[in-house]
Amino acid sequence: MIDNIVDITLLSLIAIHAVAIIRMRSLFAVVMLFSGFSFLSAGLFVVMDAADVAFTEAAVGAGISTVLMLATLALTYTPAEADKEEKAPTHKPWLPLSVVFITGALLIYGTYNLPGFGDPNAPSQLHVAPYYLEKSMPETGVPNVVTAVLASYRGFDTLGEVTVIFTAGIAVLLIIGGRRRVKSKIEKNGGDREA
Amino acid sequence: MKHNLILRVVSKFLIPLIILFALYVQFHGDFGPGGGFQAGVIFSAAIILYGLVFGLDKAKRVITPYVLRLLASLGVLIYAGTGAATILLGGNFLQYGVLASSQLAGQHLGILVIELGVGMTVMSVMLIIFFTFAERGQAVLNSKIESERE
Repeated sequence: MIDNIVDITLLSLIAIHAVAIIRMRSLFAVVMLFSGFSFLSAGLFVVMDAADVAFTEAAVGAGISTVLMLATLALTYTPAEADKEEKAPTHKPWLPLSVVFITGALLIYGTYNLPGFGDPNAPSQLHVAPYYLEKSMPETGVPNVVTAVLASYRGFDTLGEVTVIFTAGIAVLLIIGGRRRVKSKIEKNGGDREA
Repeated sequence: MKHNLILRVVSKFLIPLIILFALYVQFHGDFGPGGGFQAGVIFSAAIILYGLVFGLDKAKRVITPYVLRLLASLGVLIYAGTGAATILLGGNFLQYGVLASSQLAGQHLGILVIELGVGMTVMSVMLIIFFTFAERGQAVLNSKIESERE
């Protein structure tokens, strides 16, 4: 009963956020609504007992990515468009709207063949999951199965993930990092010539 | 942002707690929810909060960009190095059991070390991205102010 009320409240708030994000034209407000959307999703993951995923969603989705999106807004800020309004679409919405509706209807139709939430006979529960649940404690001594899978059984995958994050940092540094000596020198030279 | 007294006082109170929580998530990840990735993000959130309230230059004095680049590479090195160490000790890549006398002790040590590597890299990369964006933003703003003045 209580679970249902929490679920319905969270899901309807998420739906309200989604509609507001579509309707709004102010980019700053949309970024803040994205943050709220992520935070509500994190709440939904907590209800579904996925504490680790909720943790990541709250920290990365609601926290860091909001800061980064705000930073991007600040980077592309020009005084002329001080309000940062999204540009009005130049085309009619019918084609994208029909694509979205057909895809959404197909996806909803697809959910009828999915196993129920927490169904013990679902294919995903019958593959390697029982092995991890039974053997992770005697084999690794780590009570948190998520950590055991991430760090030990799937340690090589996690190494790949860390490398991806590292690469992202390098890419950001290469693209917008560092001092722009060359460019400012050219600008200065140009200015001298004009003077 | 120099005169936001409440913001400054509250964040000064909050930042140590956030860092403490990040360390808890980092080293308690075996037993509760969390791990290196979440801990790294929470830790960087503390520094980002400091940077937002007290200014980018002061935040850069807490952890300099040079140290961040060092830590980001060191984290990946620790992770991959653990794998190399297990090979040298006669096991497979990232087979932690050979790191200590018993299988369980080795697993515990290995997971602790690689989670530390993950935490270091994630924390540093998040801060690198934030610092780079903020620095570039300042540069863009300054050049715009200059061009308006001209």
